[in-house]
Amino acid sequence: MTLTEALPSVRPLVAPVPEPLPTTLRRGGEHTDVLVALAQIAPRLGDVAANLDRHLELIDRAATGGGALVVFPELSLTGYLLKDLVPDVALSEQADELCRLAEASRRIDVVAGCVLESDDARFYNASIYLSGGRVQHIHRKVYLPTYGLFDEARYMAEGNGFRAFSAPLAGAAPPRPWRAGILICEDMWHPTAAGLLAREGVEVFICPSASPGRGVVHGHALGTERSYDAMTRTYAQLFTSYVIYCNRVGFEDGVNFWGGSRTVGPDGRLLDEPAGRDECLLMHRIDLAAVRRARIANPLLRDERHDINDAETERLRGRRTLD
Amino acid sequence: MTSTTPRRSVSAADALSIDSAVVREILVGFVRNEVLKVGFERVVVGLSGGIDSALSAAIACQALGPENVLPVLMPYSTSSRASEADARAVCDHLNMTATLVDISPQIDAYFERFANADRGRRGNKMARERMTILYDMSWAHHALVIGTSNKTELLLGYGTLFGDMASALNPLGDLYKTQVFALSSAMDLPDRVITKAPSADLWEGQSDEQELGFGYEAVDSLLYHMIDERRTRAELRALGFDDGFVDDVSRRVRGSQYKRRPPIIAKLSLRTIDREFRYPRDWGT
Repeated sequence: MTLTEALPSVRPLVAPVPEPLPTTLRRGGEHTDVLVALAQIAPRLGDVAANLDRHLELIDRAATGGGALVVFPELSLTGYLLKDLVPDVALSEQADELCRLAEASRRIDVVAGCVLESDDARFYNASIYLSGGRVQHIHRKVYLPTYGLFDEARYMAEGNGFRAFSAPLAGAAPPRPWRAGILICEDMWHPTAAGLLAREGVEVFICPSASPGRGVVHGHALGTERSYDAMTRTYAQLFTSYVIYCNRVGFEDGVNFWGGSRTVGPDGRLLDEPAGRDECLLMHRIDLAAVRRARIANPLLRDERHDINDAETERLRGRRTLD
Repeated sequence: MTSTTPRRSVSAADALSIDSAVVREILVGFVRNEVLKVGFERVVVGLSGGIDSALSAAIACQALGPENVLPVLMPYSTSSRASEADARAVCDHLNMTATLVDISPQIDAYFERFANADRGRRGNKMARERMTILYDMSWAHHALVIGTSNKTELLLGYGTLFGDMASALNPLGDLYKTQVFALSSAMDLPDRVITKAPSADLWEGQSDEQELGFGYEAVDSLLYHMIDERRTRAELRALGFDDGFVDDVSRRVRGSQYKRRPPIIAKLSLRTIDREFRYPRDWGT
């Protein structure tokens, strides 16, 4: 099987208007919940072959454990601080490595991170959603941090959109797709991105991350850890959706990645304690009925004034400051 | 010493306070990871009897086990006897087996030719002599050299280039001296090493704080606000830092920038090392 055969059916990547889920499926009962696996790994820097093996091993474990989706961190196939290695580790959409992941996605949906090369030699920091043997969705990271310790825009091209998609979660029976959206690490620091996905009807934010631990001041835990804790809980609660945050661990050039992967429910509460700083495979049960309950209790999305947002956005078009 | 006490409380002590458990976990993981992934299992560390090298050794012991940490004591004839005793106390405390290399013969042999050398020159020579010994041990024992320079001395340039500043990996380089004290107190090190006055011990009676002209608490507070928080001169003044103190420390930081960078390379090609040729140090590990 090659991806080339599968790809035409998912192009173009402009998602259609979301089909609303049948109400009966939202209401809970026996078949509204699925197990989601968070593969908090320490990718080997620049070693795609070794990382692919690790992915396949954990995909197998997650599928065997009954998971319907396994999420890997940002750039999980390559490692993060790549610098000039970016072109060397890049994969095309037809790459054999992605075909092998697609094959594995016949058992369980997979979100994996890689450097994705376009036909015109642009390199994207991408997270790819694979399901049923094919690519279901690709998110190319829009916000490439290029400040502080980050230098992403020097090496990579930025994506140009945030699109919700239908996540089959094929392990569930009966099959019923979830509305999902992907935000990669720095994308999360721009609430407009999460807002756009919410407007497209997502019920689950999938957030792969390679967040370096830093900020050991005032006797607190890491500053980054506290920031992501606030963001994941805030997004979950304000958008009454699940937030699956899968960060990586390990060290690259002395930089530590702090892990802390977690799933936050649509009421803003963590499903379980966040992971520590070691590699692990978390299994979390998420439930469409919890989304429904949260939206009954807090009908924030129903009450959202898109008309005002549209009008004000139109008025402010092109302005960058409060002038 | 110059009066450098800030006039108002600037909450620097609070800002510089660390969660020792978190920092220790990160630094132990750093040493374990960066050593093992390049194919090594052992490390070598120069143990002076001071707090920095004791802390580096303690972190390495937790990361790799004391049997994989080779502490080397390298006194010179004028080094304080107490320093060697303190270094041995650290070895006993951490269950490490010390190696002693008295550097007096090689230092004295060299300076027989340059009898008028001042103590700065002699101090630098000793620091570099110790570096060559550590790197020789590195080869002999297939062990990486662990650094012991903290953020305060790196920023002030208070170290010898290619001497005590040389290492393969440095767990302490992002900790100010006062944070080194805080972490050491949480790491089960002998009290005598934590409580004594910091000294490079390059000559008898040397004291860091006397030689620098300010105390570590004051300079760490200033460096934190100046470097980490990037406060402006006016903001630093408003926080109570004297202009003279700020000038002195700024000059030291600027003047020692070269020590924190690799040697500069004359650019000729289109892909010059460290300009357009940029790879992670962990490349290929």
